Formats: sequence, C-alpha cells, structure tokens
Amino acid sequence: MNATTQSAQPAQNARPIVRMDKLNKHFGSLHVLKDINLEITQGEVVVVIGASGSGKSTLIRCINGLEEFQQGTLDVAGKTLLPHGKGGQALQKIRTEVGMVFQQFNLFPHLSVRDNVTLAPVSVRGLGREQARDSAIRLLTRVGIEDQADKYPAQLSGGQQQRVALARALAMEPRLMLFDEPTSALDPEMIGEVLDAMRELAREGMTMVIVTHEMGFAREVADRVIYIHQGEITEQGPPEQLFDAPQHARTRSFLARVLKH
Amino acid sequence: MDVTFNFDWAAALASIPHLLPGIPWTLLISFGGLAVGFVIGIVFGLMRISPLRWMRWLAVVYIEVFRGTPILVQVLFIFYGLPQLLGGPIDALTAGIAAIAVNSGAYISEIVRGGVQSIARGQREAALSLGLSSRQAFRYVIWPQALRRMIPPLGNQAIISIKDTSLFSVIGVGELVRQGQIYIATTFTAMEVYFMVALLYLAITWTLSIVLAQLERRGLAGE
Repeated sequence: MNATTQSAQPAQNARPIVRMDKLNKHFGSLHVLKDINLEITQGEVVVVIGASGSGKSTLIRCINGLEEFQQGTLDVAGKTLLPHGKGGQALQKIRTEVGMVFQQFNLFPHLSVRDNVTLAPVSVRGLGREQARDSAIRLLTRVGIEDQADKYPAQLSGGQQQRVALARALAMEPRLMLFDEPTSALDPEMIGEVLDAMRELAREGMTMVIVTHEMGFAREVADRVIYIHQGEITEQGPPEQLFDAPQHARTRSFLARVLKH
Repeated sequence: MDVTFNFDWAAALASIPHLLPGIPWTLLISFGGLAVGFVIGIVFGLMRISPLRWMRWLAVVYIEVFRGTPILVQVLFIFYGLPQLLGGPIDALTAGIAAIAVNSGAYISEIVRGGVQSIARGQREAALSLGLSSRQAFRYVIWPQALRRMIPPLGNQAIISIKDTSLFSVIGVGELVRQGQIYIATTFTAMEVYFMVALLYLAITWTLSIVLAQLERRGLAGE
C-alpha cells in the first residue's frame, strides 16, 4: 500500500465510536431488538425514527448500558459491552464518555442548576469545585441560561430544564451524545430553544444519536436517518433519501402518518 | 350518694413538680431508642431492597417479627427474659431504649424502603448516565431526595414511639406515667394527675410536630 492511498483513507477508516453486531434484546417474551447491526462514526449525527414501541429508545439506551442485551456485541468508545450486562468496568468508562439527555429531563430536584452540572465532573472526574463551577457557568452560557445557575430545576420552564440537562451531560466532555426524545415532554413553544441548542452542538461536530419525532429537525441536522420497525432497522440513509425517496413500503406508510399533520 | 365530682385544679397544678422528673426519662428513652431505631431502619430498609435474596429475606424476618408483636411484650421479654439468657440483669432504662430501638427500627425500615423506592427511576438512570457509580448515585442523588420524603412518616413514628414509652412504667423506669403512679399512690388524685400526664405528653409531641413542620418546609425548598 503506498503513501497516497494511505493518506486518502483516514476519513473512511476512522474507527466507529459505536459498533453493534447482531444485537438482540428481549423483555421477557418480547423480542425488542432483532439482530441490530449499526456503526456510528465520530462526528456523525444519526437520527432514529420509528413508531412508539418500535425499540428506538431501547436501542440508544443499550449504547450506555441503561438496558442490557442478550446476544451480540457492542463496542462503544473503544470499550466492549457484553450480553447480560457483563463487563462492569467497561460500563462505567463508557458512561463517562457518553452523555445522555432524557425525555423527562431527569434533573436532580434537590440540587441547584449549577450543582446539577458540577456533580459528575466533581465526583467522577475529581475536578476541583472552582474549576467545575467555572466550566458549569461556561456551559450554561452556551445553552443560554447562565442567569438561572442558582435556581432549582422546579423553578425553570421545561425548555430551560432540558437545556440544563444538556449542559449537565456536556460537563463530562462526552465523545458521544444520546438524545431520547428530548422535546417530547415540552410545550410546543419551548421545543425550538432545545432544538437550537442541539443544532449548535451538531454544528460544533459532536457525535449525536437522536431519537425524535421532529422530522423537520431530523432532515436538517441528520447525516443519516434510521427507520426502526418492530425492533429491526428497516431502512437507513441520508435524510433526503429516506424522507423523499424511501425504499420500503413500511417506511413510506410511517412517514405518511407522521408527516400528515 | 354524692356523685358530683369536682376537678381539683389545685391538685393538678400541685402534681406538676412531681411529674417533671419523668420528662427527661421519657425523652431519653424515646430519642435514644429512635436514634438507634433510625440506624437499624436504614440498615434493614436498604437490605429489604438489596439485590441479594438472603439480605431481603433477613430484613423481612426482622420487620415482620418486631412489627408483628406488641411492644409491651418486647420490653417484658428484654427486661425479664433476656437476663435469663445473658446471666445478668438488664437495667430498666437500657431495656426501654432497646425496646423502642428494635420496635421503631422495624417500622423505620419500611419508611426507608418506601422513601428510596419512591424516587423515580429516571433519577438513578441520569446519575448512572453521567458516569456515577451505583454507590455515588445513591449517595448524591437518591438518598438526599428519599430522606426529604421520609420526614413526615419519620415524625409520625417518633410521636408513636414517644407515646409507647408510657408502657415502660411496667418495668419501673421512672418516666412520666411511672412518676404519676408514684404520686397518685400518696394523693389518690388520679383524675387530675393523669390529666396532667396527658398534657405533658401533648406538650412534647406538639413541640415535635412544630419542629418537623419547619424541617419539612425547609427540606422541600428545592422541589
């Protein structure tokens, strides 16, 4: 292999930050994820769509080990997760590299906004309090709520809470961010501010896996859209292909239903 | 026969100096027992929700035994029964504190379990997703919130335990009721004295209620 081909390769050869190989997940007798094969490269923005109960949330919750799987392999950020939650050391390592934003925000109600953001850097990374506070203010400024730092989560609007949750996850300087329907619990007028913050993050090159029903947003920010139906990846591709020229009848009928209103 | 009965306020007031020495005993047994009961409650309450089956089983047995038998029987067993086993006497104060401890401990175990289980699953998930260990998630996220929710039922238990100490007059510990009985033996003013004994219990429990209400208000500030 000569020098020119080598220098042309790195972008394609970049090791995937997530690699799922024949991943299977059962909830009792329910087969939630079926032979999922998925690779996500550093810097990629992947949007996962599908009907409720299709397994899309379960899929991203497997990536940071909030759900165990029964068969297959899963590599995340260079660490391997094994079936049945084995490989506990790797799990916590992975979680320090992978941030997550939840549908219900899940802010810590007994801690101020600032303490929500500094808890993990201080207790997990061992960052000094001063340093953690400074970086918390920087992050809160980035999501536009630095003036709320001393308030408690319950004193904030839903949109503000979700932006705090985003800042809290970013405080660990993750290499990958997971979003589990981040705008589904928000009043319509607050969806925009959260999507804006996510858009900004995507622009800065963050690797993101987003489960959402916001199709306009998906089309705009996604490098790749994955459609999941009954635990299987039915179809995936760039947004213009998946939204404008879906190959499968199921994808078409799903899109027809969600894009109608 | 003259059936009219006059409540003798003078006799009631006169009894107070004779009853007051019972208060420190009542408080010592109550709060000494509750302090130990709280520690027992945390240990067995957490064992009750342990992933290890034998720990859950042990906690269930403890809770069922001490919640399911009368505290009067428990204190009699400790005071009269245990010495036969240990080969030496147990003083009444120790027996009283021990009875409150094991009895309230059983109820507090259930309060702790309920408090911890009432915290939404998402709280633990959020903590874990940030890289906190299971232990850290409990210590920094679950427990502080659970503790706040436990304040009202803990206050309830404290009031019940304070009143339970009145039963310990049977083992001769000099708490409020015992002091009343001793005084009545010389004055025969049962109505006035027990009325005052009741008032003194009420003074203790009411004060506690006010303190707890304050604590609760402050604790809920963040929610």
